[in-house]
Amino acid sequence: MTETATLEPPAARTLPLDVESTRNDFPIFRNRSVENPFTYLDNAATSQTPRQVVDAVEAYYTQYNANVHRSIYAAGEEATEAYESARERVGSFIGAGDSHAVVFTRGTTEAINLVAYAWGRLNLREGDEILLTEMEHHSNLVPWQLTAQQAGASLRFIVEACFSEKTRIVSVIHQSNVFGTINNVHKITSLAKSVGAVTLIDAAQSVPHLHTDVSALDCDFLAFSGHKMLGPTGVGMLCGRTELLDQMEPFLAGGEMIRTVSLDSSTWNDVPWKFEAGTPNIAQAIGLGAAVDYLSHLGMETIHRHEAAVTEYALEKLEEMPEVTIYGSAPERGGVVAFNVDGVHPHDLSQLLDRDGIAVRAGHHCAQPIMDKLNVSATARASFYLYNDFDDVDRLTESIASSLEFMS
Amino acid sequence: MDDLRELYQEVILDHNQNPQNFGRLEAATHSGDGYNPLCGDRLSLTLDVRGDSVNDIRFSGSGCAISKASASIMTTVVKGKTVVETESLFDAFHKLVTTGDAGDGELGKLAVMAGVHKYPVRVKCATLAWHTLKNCLSGKNEVAKTE
Repeated sequence: MTETATLEPPAARTLPLDVESTRNDFPIFRNRSVENPFTYLDNAATSQTPRQVVDAVEAYYTQYNANVHRSIYAAGEEATEAYESARERVGSFIGAGDSHAVVFTRGTTEAINLVAYAWGRLNLREGDEILLTEMEHHSNLVPWQLTAQQAGASLRFIVEACFSEKTRIVSVIHQSNVFGTINNVHKITSLAKSVGAVTLIDAAQSVPHLHTDVSALDCDFLAFSGHKMLGPTGVGMLCGRTELLDQMEPFLAGGEMIRTVSLDSSTWNDVPWKFEAGTPNIAQAIGLGAAVDYLSHLGMETIHRHEAAVTEYALEKLEEMPEVTIYGSAPERGGVVAFNVDGVHPHDLSQLLDRDGIAVRAGHHCAQPIMDKLNVSATARASFYLYNDFDDVDRLTESIASSLEFMS
Repeated sequence: MDDLRELYQEVILDHNQNPQNFGRLEAATHSGDGYNPLCGDRLSLTLDVRGDSVNDIRFSGSGCAISKASASIMTTVVKGKTVVETESLFDAFHKLVTTGDAGDGELGKLAVMAGVHKYPVRVKCATLAWHTLKNCLSGKNEVAKTE
């Protein structure tokens, strides 16, 4: 968090990033800011895409469109080189060292399903326990429910002293998509290690916003999505300990993932290609490579400080409004604020804010169990990224005030 | 914000703030729940059906202004109607909120919901109570969903 005095006017504060110049890289802000500036505060759902990423995708389609790993001609070689170079850059962005391999997937959901299915089928037996938290996104809960049913294993949710010799895998969200809570995953991986359990970190909300170092986190698997970190939709990554990925059978089968195929049986390609059946999302992977280049250029530490300053200001401004209730107060938090406004249901609020060009999420945020625990059926949620600034927060709170007036 | 006034008519805001027939009937002949999985809105209906007419009806639950007002207005309209009449109203109402076509006047005060048709995402909010009512009256013992 920045060290600014409470209630200091935003004009007196400075942000680490030059938002005006950053926004110039994102064509959508120019294209959608017709009547009102496009105030995009739904970054936990998906992020906007800079020109550099669009250009990288376009370059593939217009200059060297060909399939990867099989085409014996120049365009195919260029495509393979660009695809594999993207893998290397994304892997190095998250600090995947020699011990880990990086597999392109469709996104976080597919990456978690891959582990739940392929690792689970190999390792889970009756009586084993899968440890999660109650704040998991549905994508890190439902796959484990299916796996547990099939293996006769059971799900447990982290409370004190729940790590035991029965714990086979601990799969936890790094940063909550509802409250922005940043979990101490390093502590969790250490505890898991002490009982011999494998660890998976759902990093969909953290890799886009926090400097991530897989070696330091000491996890076995880490999953994230491209579209929440300035990349295209349809691509994400599973970073996994090579030793475990080697032992696992494939998740999806078909072309690309094989070494030899006869009518009766087949053998598998090496990791990571063993887990990339079929033609991959080549353009999207190349686009994700361009996205990590963009993020690295700005610097993840700077991006984090920038978001922390905007979030701190948003919390102050929202707390000043007596009608607003904020959910979640973890000291370690990212740029996500879930809130409700007395007398204005979040769906109505979202509709009213949209009139002012403000996009927020309203609903259960794919985390129904934790919403049930809070005893709320829905909340509004504002989530920030590197192109948001204090003015966006001011527009949000002004529009909340006029929504209150509208509904009364 | 002026075009939103067409969606959020005064009548709708009034019903949202002061919902009619809110609560539960102790001696209900029919009851049922509705759930909108997309947004988490929940609604419960209890009915007292005598012969083939809706003698009394109550609703409870949580939801946005559109779903709450729609449920409230629905309860005031169907009270005293026959089951066959409510089915016909369901069809007319569905047409109203999906196309804006208010028909030949059968809808009466339900016509204030016409603005919904311009906001396809909100159709589910407006129809949750009606889907729940339809399930209740047809004796289907399942949670009504708008998906």
